[in-house]
Amino acid sequence: MTIIQARNLSKSYRISEKQPGLAGSLRHLVRRVHRDVVAVDQISFSIEPGEFVGFLGPNGAGKTTTLKMLTGLIHPSGGELEVAGHQPWRRQARFLRQITLVMGNRQQLIWDLPALDSLQVNAAVYGLEPVAAARRIRELAEMLELGPELQRPVRKLSLGQRMKAELLAALLHSPSVLFLDEPTLGLDVNARVRVRDFLADYNRQTGATVLLTSHDMGDITALCPRVLLIHEGQLFHDGSLALLTQRLAPCRQVRLELADLHPSEAFAGFGQIEEHHGHLLRLLVPRDQLTERVAALLERFSVLDLEVGDPPIEDLIGVLFRSRDAAARGDSP
Amino acid sequence: MRVRHGWRVARALLVSQYALMLEYRAEIVLWALSGVLPLIMLGVWSGSGAGAGAGLSPQQISRYFLSAFLVRQFTVVWLIHVFEEDALQGRLSPFLLQPLAPLWRYLAAHFSEQASRVPIVAVMLLALGLVAPGLLWLPSARSLLLGLVAIQAAFLLRFLLQVVVTTLCFWSERAAALDRLLLIPYLFLSGLVAPLETFPPAVRRLAMATPFPWMVDFPARLLAGEEVNATLGFAAIAAWCLLLLPIGRWLWLAGLRRYSAMGA
Repeated sequence: MTIIQARNLSKSYRISEKQPGLAGSLRHLVRRVHRDVVAVDQISFSIEPGEFVGFLGPNGAGKTTTLKMLTGLIHPSGGELEVAGHQPWRRQARFLRQITLVMGNRQQLIWDLPALDSLQVNAAVYGLEPVAAARRIRELAEMLELGPELQRPVRKLSLGQRMKAELLAALLHSPSVLFLDEPTLGLDVNARVRVRDFLADYNRQTGATVLLTSHDMGDITALCPRVLLIHEGQLFHDGSLALLTQRLAPCRQVRLELADLHPSEAFAGFGQIEEHHGHLLRLLVPRDQLTERVAALLERFSVLDLEVGDPPIEDLIGVLFRSRDAAARGDSP
Repeated sequence: MRVRHGWRVARALLVSQYALMLEYRAEIVLWALSGVLPLIMLGVWSGSGAGAGAGLSPQQISRYFLSAFLVRQFTVVWLIHVFEEDALQGRLSPFLLQPLAPLWRYLAAHFSEQASRVPIVAVMLLALGLVAPGLLWLPSARSLLLGLVAIQAAFLLRFLLQVVVTTLCFWSERAAALDRLLLIPYLFLSGLVAPLETFPPAVRRLAMATPFPWMVDFPARLLAGEEVNATLGFAAIAAWCLLLLPIGRWLWLAGLRRYSAMGA
């Protein structure tokens, strides 16, 4: 039985545009120019109960808009959507009791009070009996390695402790569908790993369905066997992470700090130039030609520093889209 | 079962909000001090002797404005200011994802703020009693009981009126400016600046057709022990509430649809 089903899901906004300066302001005042922006463009996917799915895409791709539609915070402009047997936008109490949304840049805990105060409110709102609520708080606190921190005002907690307390508050009512929007945003490496471990354990122990968006590929590779890749509101990949890596992995990122200045054309044969400012150069190089290209670069140019790594997800996706465009141009007569 | 659940939610909200108000105690002291307009008006009216012209004795004037001071202290509504900020900052979204209408949270916050004001107002009255012992009096049990009920009814009316204005936050990012506009009729028609009895008859009739006199003049006069048609007053408050409730609900639901459409 499918727990999340989206068919041709779309969302567009009408925004007004204003030119800068006094003339622009006056024009905006008397004659407003509107433009329709398509944030999500007819995406379709389904998720089975218990799945842990990564939702990937660059900034502005439509990830958060999709999550907001799935949770019922915003109304779709088109398409069909069903989550846990409900139409989310109706925000029925029975639906709201089954889901939770954690946003790394938003908080539900009361800032000036200990997290326990907010947890008591959540327990009452979701109808948890005091004994059951206390037991649940204890269990989750143990999993999240939280103790006396719950009795300190939220404002006094570190970012990592605050995020764990937010997770505790979001999971108190045992939701069966978790929507997590950048839950590791701003956390240091240790805190990030602990949050990841917790999410993996929670998914394994409760069988909850999780849809996770993150810019951190570490989160995705550690947690999500399946990923949805979205760009400019369109779904470009729905499948295993291994399959996505196969499509994107041919490239690695080579960062160079050069001793001398060279025109960009000088690096034409070495890879895809992603960035070139003064002495700094960033190239995407096919993985199977990495050794010879780097050797050639070192031989031909005076290099002060060199770093090889995986390119940011945005760049990988960019390569994917460019190759699609090139293929499309090649196919056309 | 639903009553028990409702009681648990109300208790949890009130307890947490009261704890929060205690955190903001210094701010609440300042708010309470800023609500002394009726005491200033008491000084103005007592000094000018203008009450005599309207057939009010100095004692009636002092009791009226002291009662208006108490009414003002316990009918303060600041919903629109916090709601506007919550909507703009995106803090409303987590509330919307819980099976509890966000307005209940704001209502609980107001009741908690009222409770946290009690000791502050008591100290202010004590200080006033020390400075001018003749000003204080002990109201009859009937006046006290009816006055306290009328204060809460007046608070509810003010809250509902502000719910209606607050829902405009869904359409405008600066709806609080509208509330500031409403402050003018509230100040002059509620009886904060002058008892309604001192108004010219035509102006008084006009004022009585608005919700404002029921927010200050009516509960203040009940508390001051004056001859008041309590049934008419409570009926007027109930009628205004019954009018504002469906309007507020309709605007709230329409506003939420718009909020959802614009991107939450």
